[in-house]
Amino acid sequence: MTKHRYLPMTDQDQKEMLDAIGVSTIDELFSDIPKSVRFQGEYKIKPAKSEPALIKELTKLAGKNADAKRYASFLGAGVYDHYQPIIVDHVISRSEFYTAYTPYQPEISQGELQAIFEFQTMICELTGMDVANSSMYDGGTALAEAAMLSSGHTKRKKILISSTVHPESRDVVTSYAKGQRVEVVEIPHHDGVTDLAALQELISDDIAGVVVQYPNFFGRIEPLKDIEKIVHEQKAMFIVSSNPLALGALTPPGKLGADIVTGDAQPFGIPAAFGGPHCGYFAVTNKLMRKVPGRLVGQTVDEDGKRGFVLTLQAREQHIRRDKATSNICSNQALNALAASVAMTALGKKGVKEMAVQNIQKAHYAKKALQAKGIEVVFEGPSFNEFVIKLPASYREINDRLFAKDIIGGYHLGLTYPELQDHMLVAVTELRTKEEIAAFVQELGDSHE
Amino acid sequence: MNNQDQPLVFEMSTEGRIGYSLPEMDVEAITLKELLPADYIRIEEAELPEVSELDIMRHYTALSHRNHGVDSGFYPLGSCTMKYNPKINENVARFSGFAHIHPLQDASTVQGALELMYDLQEHLVEITGMDQVTLQPAAGAHGEWTGLMMIRAYHEANGGTKRTKVIVPDSAHGTNPASATVAGFETITVKSDEFGLVDLEDLKRVVGDDTAALMLTNPNTLGLFEENILEMAKVVHDAGGKLYYDGANLNAVLSKARPGDMGFDVVHLNLHKTFTGPHGGGGPGSGPVGVKQDLIPYLPKPVLVKKDGQYMFENDVPQSIGRVKPFYGNFGINVRAYTYIRSMGPDGLKAVTENAVLNANYMMRRLAEYYDLPYDKHCKHEFVLSGRRQKKLGVRTLDIAKRLLDFGYHPPTIYFPLNVEECMMIEPTETESKETLDSFIEAMIQIAKETEENPEIVQEAPHTTVIKRLDETLAARKPILRYQS
Repeated sequence: MTKHRYLPMTDQDQKEMLDAIGVSTIDELFSDIPKSVRFQGEYKIKPAKSEPALIKELTKLAGKNADAKRYASFLGAGVYDHYQPIIVDHVISRSEFYTAYTPYQPEISQGELQAIFEFQTMICELTGMDVANSSMYDGGTALAEAAMLSSGHTKRKKILISSTVHPESRDVVTSYAKGQRVEVVEIPHHDGVTDLAALQELISDDIAGVVVQYPNFFGRIEPLKDIEKIVHEQKAMFIVSSNPLALGALTPPGKLGADIVTGDAQPFGIPAAFGGPHCGYFAVTNKLMRKVPGRLVGQTVDEDGKRGFVLTLQAREQHIRRDKATSNICSNQALNALAASVAMTALGKKGVKEMAVQNIQKAHYAKKALQAKGIEVVFEGPSFNEFVIKLPASYREINDRLFAKDIIGGYHLGLTYPELQDHMLVAVTELRTKEEIAAFVQELGDSHE
Repeated sequence: MNNQDQPLVFEMSTEGRIGYSLPEMDVEAITLKELLPADYIRIEEAELPEVSELDIMRHYTALSHRNHGVDSGFYPLGSCTMKYNPKINENVARFSGFAHIHPLQDASTVQGALELMYDLQEHLVEITGMDQVTLQPAAGAHGEWTGLMMIRAYHEANGGTKRTKVIVPDSAHGTNPASATVAGFETITVKSDEFGLVDLEDLKRVVGDDTAALMLTNPNTLGLFEENILEMAKVVHDAGGKLYYDGANLNAVLSKARPGDMGFDVVHLNLHKTFTGPHGGGGPGSGPVGVKQDLIPYLPKPVLVKKDGQYMFENDVPQSIGRVKPFYGNFGINVRAYTYIRSMGPDGLKAVTENAVLNANYMMRRLAEYYDLPYDKHCKHEFVLSGRRQKKLGVRTLDIAKRLLDFGYHPPTIYFPLNVEECMMIEPTETESKETLDSFIEAMIQIAKETEENPEIVQEAPHTTVIKRLDETLAARKPILRYQS
């Protein structure tokens, strides 16, 4: 039998165990697998590597990637390079957290349950909503679940979604909607924000929900107050996808009449990791508490009256309701919700605001510096940490030149908005220094001249 | 574990303390009032805690002491494959070149990441016996839905629009019927027979020209291999349906039987189970989906391809079911799974299954004298016991589970599958030593004896945990879902 550091059985152990079972070989235990489907031999995959050899190989492989520790990144579009308090990784590396599973046994899972309860509270605080769940896969799938909730709740089969919502999130909403035979119609934008006149045209009493993003994909801050009026006049549900960091500085959607607020907590201590795992969040008004997908942690007492925490309102969920469940989701992103909680705790009441404001200020500074070099900013107006510029040359050319200067350029909007060929979505977070912004501006300015 | 109540982090907050170190503001700082309309600016601050860095570390360290993970002790939670989470995986996933790369960077700047993903796909193709794999789904349930959406797209493209029904066994995971519903299907249940396997006659009865697919776990949730799998596949295929493999139990058959060779058309894997991505307290997971040739056109977008030695994403996939997740899946978990597969190699993976099955059979045989064994035959990686004998003495399976906490063990999965009374579903995994298994067996035997001699000690368990049994009814009746000062 193969020896391996993860496999503790010795030959002697195996012999004793086979005796106890009453068979003479391990192979006999597989005698119920018919010969016709038995796999013969070994997988044709790469041979095992020792720990040091594998570390060496994978270090080399990782080195082929240009990472944000070596390059100054102006790329955002839903995933951001932010300050990650170092303490976050120390907490989530505690293996009592990361080697546990869903807290089915509350007596030995109070740590995880309490951490999630705290996460739920922090999300409620930032969004201004009554109830938040324990987390979802990511912002995109959370938004799709929100759209499906609105359809289920209103018994209407049509969703309106603004074209200023993240294109990949819109794609995910469309895929989920197809599953449940819900129609999705896009609301065009006007000058980078949801076109209110078009929304007024499209809204009717057969619309389940209206989806907008705040701040939107172009970095612009949508006029939620005006949108809310139009949405609720027809008793549709108002769904807002929101960057939770921005809510440190912006009026929370909960104060502006949102029924469901979703988003991704990636800006709080979660690395970009090539797009995942991140951490979706899902928050609703009290009225919708029993319609929420995914896990919820609630406070209760034990037999001695001591405060404790449990998974609750499970009658909504797949393991009880099976085909009648509100969603098929079973897991959440517990470890990343923990990471986000630690980051939100470290930033705290003052830090989350300060960080949000720094983003607004630095993005504004970069925008002005680019304009001073003659670069055209399109969709100008109130914005968070991103804005759109018209490039003075082709995206490819500019991006390559930036890369040669150790800069990762912004997102090419032409990929998802054909009318915005050679337009760049530029993200400027609190981590971008004055020097890095100057180098970015310099390179674009040079291309302009 | 200490018995002190751990205050909520909000209760530790003191105005004026901070736990952060933001970068210096090195550019001109214009006030928000000058940049945003007044009604866009938040007035009431979010009530987040104000604590120092040490406060934070102590708080979460205290919480971690109130939590049981695989590293704390044995965790035989059936169907969840709570095996050891190798530490090398955690290191590799944190390499800057994996952790700090952006999903929308130019493909030429992330060739290492794409190469890893591509090679992982290739490895999973060989392991499952399928023709192509996507890494996009975020978890098992997400993979189920993705796979079912592909089956639906396949039928719709082939004139099978009346195929609206998905068949699942009565022993199936609850996610199976839930996923079928959200993929727009209706669920039909097929019964298990007296041997714990799918009742072939009942299957023939429910299969028809409205069948879209049969979803199956093999071995099933009782830990038993569906011996008639080829015949079942024929019944479903002859009726024009597809066969879906729920990979929750793949740890039982590595190198022994591949879903692709059993007749399955679609497979999802749980990389956080079989391939040691940690469970993380409930996620993140990763749920790649493998398909046979005729379903390849429907794979979610984008598809990772290799052209002239360069890796890139192909978005032009006209028959694709679309995007199921922003970006490309839970890359960080996929890195961990890849590291694990490369640490094990083909002979290592074979030994994984052999040891997992040996351990399960050993425990089953040694416990059979003390608890009812509803299906007396070789199990695979897990087995079920029934606590009905103990129930007659007033001790429920829930009590047995709670008593196990006093011995420092995480209990098995209980009351599942639904078709076994007072069920306990035990999965030891291959990474546990014989000493650990023996100690757990001794604890189970002691509990069986206590049930006969001193049932109160079991009924009133746990006695040693930081908290006693919690009032779940109260939690649901008067929900408190957030802290309020």
